[in-house]
Amino acid sequence: MSTDLSESRLLAENAAFREVVPAGEPFMKVISKDQVVRILDLEGNQAVDTLFYSAADSEERYDANTTIREQGNIYLTTGTVLRSNEGNPMLSIIADTCGRHDTLGGACSAESNTVRYALEKHHMHSCRDSFLLALAKWDNGLDKRDLSSNINFFMNVPVTPEGGLTFEDGISEAGRYVEMRAEMDVIILISNCPQLNNPCNAYNPTPVEVLVWDPQ
Amino acid sequence: MSETLTDTLDPEQVLWEERVPGGAHWSGVLRRGNTLRVTAVEGGANVSMLFYNYEEKLERYNMADTLKGQHTAVLTRGHVCYSDMGRVMCSITEDTCGWHDTISGVSNASMVRRKYGEARYQEQHDDYYKNGYDSLLNEVGKYGLGKRDLVSNLNLFSKVIVDDAGNLCFKENNSSAGDYIDLRFEMNALVVLSTCQHPLDPGDTYDPKDIILSAWHSGTAAGDDACRNACPENQRAFINTERMFA
Repeated sequence: MSTDLSESRLLAENAAFREVVPAGEPFMKVISKDQVVRILDLEGNQAVDTLFYSAADSEERYDANTTIREQGNIYLTTGTVLRSNEGNPMLSIIADTCGRHDTLGGACSAESNTVRYALEKHHMHSCRDSFLLALAKWDNGLDKRDLSSNINFFMNVPVTPEGGLTFEDGISEAGRYVEMRAEMDVIILISNCPQLNNPCNAYNPTPVEVLVWDPQ
Repeated sequence: MSETLTDTLDPEQVLWEERVPGGAHWSGVLRRGNTLRVTAVEGGANVSMLFYNYEEKLERYNMADTLKGQHTAVLTRGHVCYSDMGRVMCSITEDTCGWHDTISGVSNASMVRRKYGEARYQEQHDDYYKNGYDSLLNEVGKYGLGKRDLVSNLNLFSKVIVDDAGNLCFKENNSSAGDYIDLRFEMNALVVLSTCQHPLDPGDTYDPKDIILSAWHSGTAAGDDACRNACPENQRAFINTERMFA
């Protein structure tokens, strides 16, 4: 699979929706079929933990394993079709100026922080907590059961032929973005990652911007 | 009891043993301190598997936490399976195979139809073609769980490597007849599995392989346990687990 960078022709001033999501906060919104959603890394090397659900039937949701298996490659970039647990295309990545995104590394949580770093890290903020709170406030029956393997936009988690897996320093920079066209009506759930223990974001979580364009 | 019991396993210790045909689905409860041996009757077996905390099924096997906690994309002896709550669900105390896949997911109905053709119950009775996703859904449904609970699963006995460009490559002949993996349960767990073929198995014949499940009382991890001490992350996850049973 190519990791060639591909830019978008869409102009920010024509976007139907723009919102800056600070680090440590969730974001949740319906994206309609054929709308285009862009996630913009405003300051560089930020991790954007993301899940998608079908707006019509939330039991159909993004499936990391189906997505990587169907394209035969673990990295997400332009040309990737994000697939559901039913095998259906949910969104297509149509532009990407970062070149590689992770879907194996999952989301940080209070509990996994105790394992990965130290037991006393339990009370630090985490993506799982942002996800849980956002789902609870969305108030249509989504909850912890709906947290499955997520995408980490702008994260670099290489796997070696020997089976090693590491969180490498990010390969994104300020102004890089990934853009997707919705192939069905979807709910996007983002946690803009608050992780302070991992050098992959230079210990400095930063804001991102979400932009949405109506069908062109 | 059977040819699967080796010198390392005293038949007197065995709690139960069961042969699961290829293409079947199974579920059961493994208690803390008991070990489940999964034995491949033939080479080329695949076991798509998930774990849930039997007392609180919202707590379940978590692929990402398992992989990043141990800096690995593959599981073998010395590794453990983490839940999403920072605890160890089970430890891999023995493994004669060497590589168990964690990232490829399960087969589904359309894939099985495309690869192997159609074989309905109406004509084939219990030789009808099954798939991993529907099989796991069938088993978790017995406990009030459903699609929302089917998360990234293990594929025992299957090997998929990732090359430098990120491409997935299925490796044939990863397991031989008699290969086994021992899973020592560190919490009371619901185990669900399907013996359907691996989703990346390139064969064009529907030919899932039988396995044998054997359970025995092994006891819990000692202080000097190899899985506990494989890395500081595992040590902390064992502490989290033991606090739940303190």
